[in-house]
Parts: sequence; C-alpha cells; structure tokens
Amino acid sequence: MAHSTVGVIFSNIHDQNIPELSKHRTMASIPFVGRYRLVDFALSNMVNSGITTVGVVTKNNYQSLIDHLGSGKDWDLARKDGGIILLPPYSDETDAPYTTRLEALKGITGFLRHRKEDYVVISDCDGVCHMDYSEIVRFHEENRADVTMVYHREDSVESSYYITLEPDETGRIRGLKINPDVNGTGTFNLYVNVMVVRRQYLIDVIQDAVTRGFVSFGRDILTKNVDTIRIFGYEFKGYYAGITSIQKYYKHSMEMLNKEVRDELFGARDIYTKVRDSAPSKYFEGAAVKDSLISDGCIIEGTVENSILFRGVKVGKGSVVRNSIIMQDTVIESDVSLDCVITDKNVVIRDRRHLSGCAELPYFIAKGRML
Amino acid sequence: MQRKKECVAMLLAGGQGSRLYALTNNIAKPAVAFGAKYRIIDFPLSNCINSGIDTVGVLTQYEPLELNEYIGNGQPWDLDRAFGGVHILSPYQAKKKSSWYEGTANAIYQNMSFMKKYNPGYVLILSGDHIYKMNYAKMLKRHIETGADCTIAAIEVPMSEASRFGILNTNDDGSIYQFEEKPKQPKSNLASMGIYIFTAEKLYKYLELDEQDPDSEKDFGKNVLPAMLNSGEKMFSYRFEGYWKDVGTISSLWESNMDLLGENPAFDVGDADWKIHSRNPLAPPEYIGMNAKVDNSMIALGCEIEGTVEHSILASNVVVEEGATVRDSVIMAGTVVRKGAVVEYSIIDENVVVEENAKVGAERGADAGIAVLGRNITIGAGATVEGGKILDKDYRGE
Repeated sequence: MAHSTVGVIFSNIHDQNIPELSKHRTMASIPFVGRYRLVDFALSNMVNSGITTVGVVTKNNYQSLIDHLGSGKDWDLARKDGGIILLPPYSDETDAPYTTRLEALKGITGFLRHRKEDYVVISDCDGVCHMDYSEIVRFHEENRADVTMVYHREDSVESSYYITLEPDETGRIRGLKINPDVNGTGTFNLYVNVMVVRRQYLIDVIQDAVTRGFVSFGRDILTKNVDTIRIFGYEFKGYYAGITSIQKYYKHSMEMLNKEVRDELFGARDIYTKVRDSAPSKYFEGAAVKDSLISDGCIIEGTVENSILFRGVKVGKGSVVRNSIIMQDTVIESDVSLDCVITDKNVVIRDRRHLSGCAELPYFIAKGRML
Repeated sequence: MQRKKECVAMLLAGGQGSRLYALTNNIAKPAVAFGAKYRIIDFPLSNCINSGIDTVGVLTQYEPLELNEYIGNGQPWDLDRAFGGVHILSPYQAKKKSSWYEGTANAIYQNMSFMKKYNPGYVLILSGDHIYKMNYAKMLKRHIETGADCTIAAIEVPMSEASRFGILNTNDDGSIYQFEEKPKQPKSNLASMGIYIFTAEKLYKYLELDEQDPDSEKDFGKNVLPAMLNSGEKMFSYRFEGYWKDVGTISSLWESNMDLLGENPAFDVGDADWKIHSRNPLAPPEYIGMNAKVDNSMIALGCEIEGTVEHSILASNVVVEEGATVRDSVIMAGTVVRKGAVVEYSIIDENVVVEENAKVGAERGADAGIAVLGRNITIGAGATVEGGKILDKDYRGE
C-alpha cells in the first residue's frame, strides 16, 4: 500500500456550504474540535493509511491553508520524495481558474502523470471521520473496480451539491443521482466525497472528457456511464460527520463531547495538526468547567458548560459560556453570558454582554469582531 | 572564508539526578517532565533559541536514551540547522584514550573539537537542571562590554541557604575577587547559577591546564574557575533577577510545578514574548466531564477528567475517573487514577495506574512529605501508599 497510493485533497470544494466560516479561508482550513482544521482529518487518514505523497488542490483564499500546512512536517510529510505538494490553480491566457472538479483535475494532470503510484485516493475536506484508505484500496482491487466511491448511511443532507448511490448486492453501483430529493425519505447512501481510482485510468478519463468538452465529473462522466464504468460503492460504517452547513458544523462539534465519538476519532491513532507551542490550559480558583473540551493555552476563570474552547481562549471572572464553540484566541471578558454562540477566531466580547442563539440557529460572530 | 558562530552553547545534561529517586531510575534529570507538557531541558534550549544562540552541544552520559530521543533533530526548538543546531555529545572512543566524562570541565574538554568546528568567539556553559527564563544575549553583551574572560551568572539567595551554592564575592563593578564553592561561612549571598560565558580561547587554555593537573577534580566550580581567578583573569558576575529554581530534589520539583499556578504565577510558561518550546503531545483537547471539578490547576491535552482535581498539574492523557480526587499533586503523562482513588501531595510519573479506592500520599501539611511513584507501576485497588513513600514497583497493599 505504502508506495502504491497517492492522495489528492480538494481544499475548496463545498466552500459555499458554510459561507460564515469559509469567507476568509478554504473549507480545508475551517477550525474544528478545538485544535484542528478540517484538512487535518483527511490528511491524517492518508498518513495513517501509509500514504506519503498528498497533492492539495487549492483555488482561492488559501493563505490560511498554506500557513497551516507549512512544510508538512507536522504530518510527517516534509519529504524529499513526495510529502505535501500544494497544487494552486493553473491557468494560461486561454484558461480561467477551474470552476468544476473536472477542470480542477485537468489542472493537476501534470502532477498525476509524474507520480508512480498505482492508485489515487481523492478526498474532500467536508468529512470528519477515521477512515482507513488502505482497506478501500484493497476493496477496489478485489472488485477490479474502475472507480470506488465511499458512502455512508445518512438520513438528511444539507449540501448544495451531493450524490447518492444505489449499489447492487455485489457492491457495484447501478444508480448514481445528483441532488435527489431525499430528506425525509429515511436513510440513503450518501457519497462522502472520498474516491479511489487507478491513476492511469483517471488520467485517461480526464483526457477523454477534455476532448469531448465535458465540464462536470459527476454529471458528464459518472452518472452517464454508470453501466459501462465499473463503479463500486464502499460503505463506511464508522462515525462520519459531514460538515455541510453551519447547523451541521454545530451539531457535529457538540457530538465530540461524547466519549465514544472521541475514542473512535482520536483513540486508535493520531490526528496530526499544526503545532503552536501553547502552554497547557490553566484553570483558576473558582473556575467551573463541565462537559467541555478545552484546548491548550486557554485561561479559565469563569463557568464553561457543554462547550468547545479552541486554543488560547480566555474566559473571564463571572462569565458563563454554555453550549458554545469558541475559536482560537477569543477573549471573553467578565460577567459575559453566551449560550449557543459560535465565535470565529480573535473575537473580543466585552464585559457584561449577553448573547444567545439556539441549537438550530447558533449565533455566529465573525473573525476579529469586537462586541 | 571560514564560517563561524559568535557563541556556542554547551549544555551539561549528564547528571544522574539521584535526589529525584524513582523519577530518574531510567532517565537523565534533564528529561524529567515538568509543567504538564515540558521537560526540564526545554527551558535552557528555549532560552538558547530565544537568545539567538542556534548552536548547542548537549553532553549526555547517564541514561541518555530518552533524552536523545526527545531532542531528536532539534526541530521543536527550531534547532535543526544546516550549520549549527543541536547536537548530542556522548562520551566516545578515541584513538589514544577513551573515558567517561569525569566532571563538568572534563566533559567540555572532551568536546573541544566540536566547539572549535564553529570557531566561536564565546562559549556559553549551561546545565540542564534549572527552571528559568533568561536572555543569554544580554549576558553576552555584558561579557563583551566588560572585556571579561569569564562571566558568571549569579542570583541572590537567602543567606541561610548560601552555603549550598558556589558563592561569588564581588567588587562594586561586578568583578569577582573571590570564588568559594559551598562555603561554610559565606561572605555574600550572591550564588553562581552554573551559567558561564567564556571567551573561547581562555576556555580552551584553562581546560588544557586543568587536564594536566593530576589533583584536579575536573570541575568548573571547584577547579577551573578558581584557577582562572588565581591567574588574574578578568572575571565578572552577571546579576540575574527573576525566577530561577533548581529542580534537583523532590520538594523543589513539586514547588516549581506549583509555581505555575494561579492568576499571577511566580513563573509564567504562557509568556508569548518568551515561548517555551517543546515536543507537543498528539492529543485532542482535554475533556472535563459532567461531574468533574477542576480548580486552580493546569491540565494538558488529552486528559479525561470526571473526578476532582485541585491545585495540581496534569500532563497529557491523564485520566481521573468519577469520584476520584487529585489534590496538591503533579501527575505525569498517561497516568490513570481510577474511581474513588485519592491522590494527595504526590508526584506520580508516567503511565502509572492507581486502582479503585487506592490512596496515595497524605494530606499536605500533615508533615509526611511528598509521595513519589515511579513510572509504569500499578497501585492495587484499595491499597494505601503513605505520605512521603517512594515506590518504583507495583504495590498491592499490605
């Protein structure tokens, strides 16, 4: 496995699903569970599956992503051969930067050609899970599949673009639908935007699609050729958090307070992230913290319940934070009360402010705001 | 053109740290955990890089395995450099003679070729058993300004404790006229911190002379510094004001950990202007549970707290189960305190299991002293480890 699979991560696709959080950053660099970014999960899954070369496809707003990834050393991906390779949009006089996945793939055919691995794992950054890609590659080989698409049983979806799969008893996909009306119909097989494909086959498909003037990988290639391409569905049975809206972001964040979920995501292996050298968190006399996740560098004097605090958050005396997600370096001064609030990075909430949303519609405060 | 470094640091990290008992059974003292995520050596290494010194030789001898692994290529301290960086210097076999390091001066002498490779103007000698933040660049500036051959960092200690230190007797301008190693009747309370800057050529000269002296114990404090002073070399003290603590004993290690707590801590590791770099645990944020109570404590990543934690330091991935209490204690990484167990006034090393309803240590102030548990041991269910006890083997109770 180790040398036969190369990874490709799409950092921008699905940006429009969470405009609040992706206004100034890629989907990949959206902060999650206190000290991670969404890309950490896809990237760690790759590293933990023995993949040592990962191309990260970017389009716009990717400064925060570059800052986060650095040389790749925090993922053990600062390598002479491979490692993390950033793939920013390529365009000449005739081409504008890509607008679809197919165009993006076309832009990285040079990267794909230069690699020597047999397979490509393609992943987006909208899913948080612990997935062993080597198992999926094995499944792919056993079925002599052209394309293997990973799905998870879901009962609702909020994404603006999604695919559902209909596998037969052998796992072969016989039906593939884009944006079908499935909410309220019970459970369905939601494609989780992780795909395994033979590298050479992918290059050939892209070349062919370009000459035919196709624009969409899903619409023009997969759906139309479901009978001729051997597409197999791999059911991922573990915990899967699809971050497809701010509501889902909130809901899945709160699920991290369950020990079972944490054990599955973090217990069996490591999730890597950028190191910040923060001091351990400090709890002062009189602090009251319950049912919460607290990251390094936090300083807590007040009350925190059922909440997630990112790195370097300060909660002042007399303040009460409930059911909230407080991102990096947010300062909550004294006697503040927050309920169902999401603060982006570097927010300052002054003395005696009272803010609340609800679980269905958490109150969101944008990066750097001072209230 | 020969490349050179203005200043090379040599960090003496070979000490056994025998007064830390079970905590240094298998590791060198500088590798002992401190402050929930650090190890003692993080402090001098961070001081070096924060002071702009990027070439550090770390001299190891006693149980170096874990320390070597921890330092690795030096990347966590930004000390992985093409020219310079951090280097582990172990005793080695030479063509004519091979020997262990015999004293601090001999350890440096044996690594003369390492220093000379960088052609430094100055050499900074450090030890790996103190917790402090110090800008060595300021000290170097003073050394250059005074034109000293050797500058010794010094701190005022209580007169009653002065006889435990190397004491500097100085003139008004800071020049040293007498150096007394652990004097019975100290004339001043200005203690050497074991931090020296030498003008490189002088250091080489006096190390050579010391080697040739058959009566020398090959120690900086006892031999090299007095010899320089007797020969009339220019020696200055550099006064340091700030937090500086030798963590060579169980009680000082405990105290120094506790000095991190509170709103205005005696020692702040969260200082953004003087970051303490370290290897970082790969762990999710700590989880503080439904019935947990955490008061006046420092907690590292990956901890799972369901019980009560008061006035304590918990390193990464420590588990405190429901109904368990940890008070006035330092708990190192991966240790588990099971349901109903009580840990008081203790230092517990890594990966210890305190089984259900066990009791470790006595109430602080009960005069029994600090209980110490060495790494990887299990205290059986319901067992009692008395205050002040030091254990390095499994204990099931009487």
